[in-house]
Amino acid sequence: MVTSTTKPTIAVWKFASCDGCQLTLLDCEDELLAVTDRVQIAYFLEATRATIAGPYDLSIVEGSVTTEHDIERIRTIRESSRFLVTVGACATSGGIQALRNYSDIDEYLGIVYATPSFISTLATSTPISDHVHVDFELRGCPIDKHQLLEVLTAFIGERRPNVAGHSVCVECKLRGNVCVMVSNGTPCLGPVTHAGCGALCPSYARGCYGCFGPAEDSNPTSMSEQLERLGVARIDLVRMLRTFNTNAEPFRAESERLTAQRGPA
Amino acid sequence: MTQRPDTDRTFTVEALARVEGEGAMHVVIRDGQVRLVQLRIYEPPRFFEAFLRGRAYTEPPDITARICGICPVAYQMSSCNAIEAACGITVDGMLGDLRRLLYCGEWIESHTLHIYLLHAPDFFGYDGAIELAGAHRALVQRGLDLKKIGNQLVDLLGGRAIHPVNVRIGGFYRVPTEAELQAFRPRLEHARDLALETVRWVAGFDFPDHQWHGELVALRQPGEYPITRGRLVSTMGLDIGPEEFDQHVVEEHVEHSTALHARILSRGEYLLGPLARFALNYDELTPLARDAAVAAGLSSDERNPFRSIVVRAVEVLHACDEGLAIIDRYREPDRPAIDVQPRAGVGHGWTEAPRGMLLHRYELDDEGTILTARIVPPTSQNQAGIERDLFHFVEENLDLVDDELGHRAEQVIRSYDPCISCATHFLDLTVDRS
Repeated sequence: MVTSTTKPTIAVWKFASCDGCQLTLLDCEDELLAVTDRVQIAYFLEATRATIAGPYDLSIVEGSVTTEHDIERIRTIRESSRFLVTVGACATSGGIQALRNYSDIDEYLGIVYATPSFISTLATSTPISDHVHVDFELRGCPIDKHQLLEVLTAFIGERRPNVAGHSVCVECKLRGNVCVMVSNGTPCLGPVTHAGCGALCPSYARGCYGCFGPAEDSNPTSMSEQLERLGVARIDLVRMLRTFNTNAEPFRAESERLTAQRGPA
Repeated sequence: MTQRPDTDRTFTVEALARVEGEGAMHVVIRDGQVRLVQLRIYEPPRFFEAFLRGRAYTEPPDITARICGICPVAYQMSSCNAIEAACGITVDGMLGDLRRLLYCGEWIESHTLHIYLLHAPDFFGYDGAIELAGAHRALVQRGLDLKKIGNQLVDLLGGRAIHPVNVRIGGFYRVPTEAELQAFRPRLEHARDLALETVRWVAGFDFPDHQWHGELVALRQPGEYPITRGRLVSTMGLDIGPEEFDQHVVEEHVEHSTALHARILSRGEYLLGPLARFALNYDELTPLARDAAVAAGLSSDERNPFRSIVVRAVEVLHACDEGLAIIDRYREPDRPAIDVQPRAGVGHGWTEAPRGMLLHRYELDDEGTILTARIVPPTSQNQAGIERDLFHFVEENLDLVDDELGHRAEQVIRSYDPCISCATHFLDLTVDRS
């Protein structure tokens, strides 16, 4: 047990997730040791077995809420944290696990596990903000490490993180990409997707698949009308909206509008 | 911690640290005999096989990558192999080489993460890499530099280090130019130097005397170290293709785990991963990697799980060496992907994830909609074997007090590098002595 310190304390918590977003912190290879010079890692099980009891100055939360115990745990974490930041699609929208929100969970248990009665799980996967107050949400599946460093620096400096809320389209323009939808007819969710990746998929000759979730003020209905004009089948539109941010409100509402028009996808 | 009578005790290590995902260990000792050792996987279940039903055959590389942030490329590659098998397509030539190069990047970053950040602190008595860096900053920075080059290789070919975007059924969305790969060569050469230093460094660690006694299982493909393809072979004569897996291995659902336990029929627990690959494919290492392994004191029949850190370092060296060879023979293919048309059928595919063989199986209808999916990750296959080994380890160390026994057992678990996030679709240690 480490004794008290004047450095700000940071705790990293995991809920249902792939570990990729907390791994992003360890992937800051050039900055990691400088970060640990400035802050006290108080709880980060993937990196160290040493833990310090709260309260914490900043809690970074990865993953979605999928069990009754998770609900109790996030409340305890909130109570012991001055600031709480959620990172990644699971924590900010429920993530890919929220695909269960459309289905019969008992049937799912039967598909994966021979003895479903051994398993304890909720019927839904929900974002952290459904359960406690969240001070900032960093999007992405996975998050971008430069944005993570910005958020850490901002909270240590007690300022608002400088993270843009515009769409991937703006990032394509900034990068000088030719539009894959206009020039090639490639279906792309860039117009409705939150920036942060640096327009990755279009830079690899591929349409954006929405892993950063909805941009601020996005209009997914207009988007799906355009994609239908390009010949995208309704079932594929629903699939495009129902991936890693399926439970994010604009994507969820649009996929439900599409399925209501023509039965379940 | 006071010394307890060692005849009856129960102890738990809650929330194992420096493993990927959430798990625990529970030990029960009665009349001085070990009765039960459980590796508990309490990470909540994640229903990927269920989510995949009804999706398009083109979607598994993106969806299954999300099972694991540490080895997403493994999921992408096994899913591609399985879907392509269902559609009657084999991706080889330069596209196959590029997949292998991408996978080398993942082996480098994943193994280096485990060597420097998760495993090495145990040999120095530190709680983690941050504490290790406090005393040996240059050593940890060397590991970070090596890991970074692995990540950069995944980034170059895949678009980003975690959940790459550039992998598709049939190949890639965009392939690199020869100049882009050649420009990466000096960095990979530097990584190879760092990997060689890493092998020499870890070879000098003080290893507890401990042996894995069971069956070792890995892919084998004559002419190459197993990464992207091969038949599944073992130290006890197994030799099968992916479609035969179910005839030889049974997966059981046990109460203390959200991962499924795997056993080879009529024989029992087995072990996948670096020790197994090395034992079964020593002759396929590049000469540089093989010479480094010999100099590091490894025999081709290495069975000490604590020494797996040396094998991982040798595999990083191999991945750098082979990556350089792929870059040198690379010629940009005419097109970034082979056209893959769906057809009704079943396809199996496997590859060697950093932690061992990862199997995918898909059943498609004639439009390419996925009817059923099955994913068998390495950690769930290893869980029963790790438990068996822990049982022996606790038996051999009953004279230790609970805290010390728990700490040592935790180190045994870490030497196997379990990836719990993968296995649940999986660790806390309890010991019951009374």
